[in-house]
Amino acid sequence: MYNGGKILLGIIVFVLFAAFPFYNNIGKVSAKPEPKLDTPVIQQLAEKKCVESKEFMKAEHMQLLNDWRDSAIREGKRIYVNSEGKEFRISLQNTCMNCHSNKKEFCDKCHNYAAVKPYCWTCHIEPKEKKS
Amino acid sequence: MSMDRRQFLKIAGSSTFLATIGIGAGWILSKPGDFLEASQFSQTKELLNAKQWAMVVDTRKFKTEEDYKKVVDACHRIHNVPNFDNPKDEVKWIWTDTYKHAFPGQENEFMPEQMKHKPFVLLCNHCENPPCVRVCPTKATFKRKDGITMQDLHRCIGCRYCMAACPFGARSFNYRDPRPFIKEPNPEYPSRMIGVVEKCTFCEERLAKGQMPACVEASNGALVFGDIADPKSEIRKILETNYTIRRKAELGTRPSVYYILEIPTSDISGGDSNA
Ligand code: SF4
Ligand code: SF4
Ligand code: SF4
Repeated sequence: MYNGGKILLGIIVFVLFAAFPFYNNIGKVSAKPEPKLDTPVIQQLAEKKCVESKEFMKAEHMQLLNDWRDSAIREGKRIYVNSEGKEFRISLQNTCMNCHSNKKEFCDKCHNYAAVKPYCWTCHIEPKEKKS
Repeated sequence: MSMDRRQFLKIAGSSTFLATIGIGAGWILSKPGDFLEASQFSQTKELLNAKQWAMVVDTRKFKTEEDYKKVVDACHRIHNVPNFDNPKDEVKWIWTDTYKHAFPGQENEFMPEQMKHKPFVLLCNHCENPPCVRVCPTKATFKRKDGITMQDLHRCIGCRYCMAACPFGARSFNYRDPRPFIKEPNPEYPSRMIGVVEKCTFCEERLAKGQMPACVEASNGALVFGDIADPKSEIRKILETNYTIRRKAELGTRPSVYYILEIPTSDISGGDSNA
């Protein structure tokens, strides 16, 4: 092998450089996001339950919202009947955000943590909140 | 380790095969909604239904500037239609224009002065044969079962084919971010974003709640809305008892907005024909 030493050195330097974000963050734990649920509307709910179970909403809310969107706009079906037979009006602004009127303390908490930027809010109007 | 060409191809081939199976299985297993089989979608109970929604504009009932303004404002306020200062950026769902522009080819230089200058209320015609739907490459613009030409703004890529195809100028493009130009946003309705096309929706969100379109409600009977496929509807009665015209009907798009004109008449033998 020609210039073996130089090549090996080059590889080591490259790996160290490329892996910088990993070892730089070892041991540092970002605080787990804790979305807040204490909005006035949620406080007054008799049964504090979203349109589906908490576990489902955590994992699948994006898919649920996509299905809601297609149902409402493309099929004109604006009622969602959940797995327990309860009916909800399909609307991000008027149903979801009616309860979750604290976008900054709810949506943004996890979205920021996961570094995702959903573009719902370029069109949909967010609820009015006090600047924090 | 040395590897000949044959061995390499064997390994590469079998690993590709396995990966394909893996991805396929993963896709099938992860199909969303699996554990939500019980959930379903339905229409609102209040929904007003039709085979083809249509509108009659009784131009005789539009007299003062206020009559036009309240209709346009009603729509633009609840639908968060921005108001740009620059007419080049204008976004409109319902607007007014002169006879010559509304009904080109129908005008003549000797027609009554009041007709020449009268504003006419214009909006999307929700054509039965809409060219905007045909050209839309993403199916963002589509025809609903109730005849409304609807737009799925989640899908619009802003190519503006539909604007070129619509012969009525019913569609507006958002050249700028509309948000700062909405004076009092209606929190119950979305706005649009820069780079999409928008237009009148015949208030399908209100029909779902059992309400008439906002402009119709504000018009004091000057706009009538109904199912043109239903022979018993009020709109059919009006069309049967009044002479109406449509915009550019000769193009064959079959517009669903009809106009009753105020025809200043005088007896032909009676001389003064400009009365
Ligand atoms: S008026 Fe224009 S935008 Fe409306 S349905 Fe007809 S072609 Fe399409
Ligand atoms: S601008 Fe949007 S609605 Fe119009 S043709 Fe293109 S994708 Fe379709
Ligand atoms: S029908 Fe609705 S969307 Fe269309 S112009 Fe009237 S108020 Fe606006």
